[in-house]
Amino acid sequence: MFDFFQYPFWLQGALKGLAVIAVIFPLAGACSMAERKISAWMQGRPGPNRATVPWIAWIPVLGPFLQRLGVFHLLADGAKFLFKEEPVPGHVNKLYYVLAPVIALIPALMTIVAVPFGAYLDGAGRVVPLILANVDIGILGVFAISSLGVYSLIIAGWASNSKYPFLGGIRASAQLISYELSMTLSVLPVFLWINVPGGQGTLSLAQCVAMQGGAWFGIWMPLSAFIFLVSLFAETNRQPFDMPESEADLVGGFHTEYGAFKWSMFFVAEYAHMLIGSGVFALLFLGGWNPLPWVSLADLVGWLQHLTGWAFVLHPLAVGLISIGIFLGKVLFLIFVFMWVRWTVPRFRYDQVMQLGWQKLLPLAIGNLILYALIIAWVQTRI
Amino acid sequence: MAVLPVERKPLSFAERTYMPQIFSGLKTTFKRMIKPAETLEYPEQRPTIPNGYRGVPTLVKDPHGREKCVSCQLCEFVCPPKAIRITPGEIPLESPTGHVEKAPQAFDIDMLRCIYCGLCQEVCPEEAIFLQNQYSMSGYSRAEMVNHKDRLYELGGTLPDKHYKWDKKKSAEDAAAHGGGHH
Repeated sequence: MFDFFQYPFWLQGALKGLAVIAVIFPLAGACSMAERKISAWMQGRPGPNRATVPWIAWIPVLGPFLQRLGVFHLLADGAKFLFKEEPVPGHVNKLYYVLAPVIALIPALMTIVAVPFGAYLDGAGRVVPLILANVDIGILGVFAISSLGVYSLIIAGWASNSKYPFLGGIRASAQLISYELSMTLSVLPVFLWINVPGGQGTLSLAQCVAMQGGAWFGIWMPLSAFIFLVSLFAETNRQPFDMPESEADLVGGFHTEYGAFKWSMFFVAEYAHMLIGSGVFALLFLGGWNPLPWVSLADLVGWLQHLTGWAFVLHPLAVGLISIGIFLGKVLFLIFVFMWVRWTVPRFRYDQVMQLGWQKLLPLAIGNLILYALIIAWVQTRI
Repeated sequence: MAVLPVERKPLSFAERTYMPQIFSGLKTTFKRMIKPAETLEYPEQRPTIPNGYRGVPTLVKDPHGREKCVSCQLCEFVCPPKAIRITPGEIPLESPTGHVEKAPQAFDIDMLRCIYCGLCQEVCPEEAIFLQNQYSMSGYSRAEMVNHKDRLYELGGTLPDKHYKWDKKKSAEDAAAHGGGHH
């Protein structure tokens, strides 16, 4: 057995990073499949259910079940995107045209660095988060990197050198920048509460989860959670804020001129943004890896060990897997909510999006911040 | 009729937040999601064809295997898109159905022109052409989309005949020839 912790620091980092990307990249692809299936069910259709792999089709029950679920369409789609001809239209600015999907994907995959996705208990019973870089800037890092994603849309819209992508790019920049304000303001109450007077100042998401052993923040800061969720829809360009793409009036929006692998990179980036956005929402407002409100991960593991009497339940590996499972479950549920809303609500008009962002959500977020600042000041001086 | 002024109520606060409508919409889509699909999975599952369906036009034979078309060309002339083309031919007198005298030598229906209106079936005095249940026609070339006579009989098959018009005619002629001068 190789001792992972004997490897040089950079190799450890690279391996951990690759492991996380190896999970999130296929997961983002699987989300596109889930989207097609869920949309089909919501519209009373069976959805994609034809593609299959011979060796798996021979397995009696599982093979046909997976085929009906459309799992292999994912492989077929991926292979198609890889081997398709990639035409580059003659009128585009080639450098930026190629650069845009790359810029879309890099920040989308990079944000995961500051997002913890599980935890284990060390020898002393303290909860240690599983995270690629346990830095104190936490949420600030996530916001800083993920908002770079808007550049890919602007560059794609501009480099495509035709009117619909250009309009899509303009809408993208206006929309993403407007909703970032309310998004950032909506999480401030959470961090006001976390940074207890006298304690060490932090913006870490892991600390956020540690403070949610009791009531989740989503329960006693519902307005913050609501504003964050709405802004998250806008930031990830999901329906009903599908402005940059808006296929009804802008053909395909910013990716009108894209095809094949470059196009699929935009989509993996969009789903990766969704995954990480849902992850941050789960960490901030849904208790992260704490299984239920008022039941923390340590409680759960303690009960399990007490009930079953198995010592290995307390092993870091087991606790880590349980916590990742709980966290991933919440993230996937949020992804489902994203899709559920997408196939329910029609798109807002552009002026409605702007009005909602600046005239409704932003004042609401500011009022919410002031209200919770007063409450927290009052509560924390009395504990 | 008196004019009734209808009061236009301003949107309530709840309506202006969009949220009640969005939640009721989510409820609807969720209910829809857990119900079974409404669609048919086409090549495996086929729709049930209602009575009187107008599918691909076909030529039919009577229960004795006699081809019913006598190439009168009424269908050719009534056909609005001019999809039917008949070359009339004669039946030799010594054949068992020689008294019918005429049958089509060639009978082509161009399915790229056919509009499935059913006028050919309606106009046919011999009940020889029917629009039956087949609804799906495909081919790789224009020539393939023209149904020739043998293909039309293959598609049409045999339909029950209530009249036996030509059999009656023949037996009447035979009776006249044998009985001689009774009428």
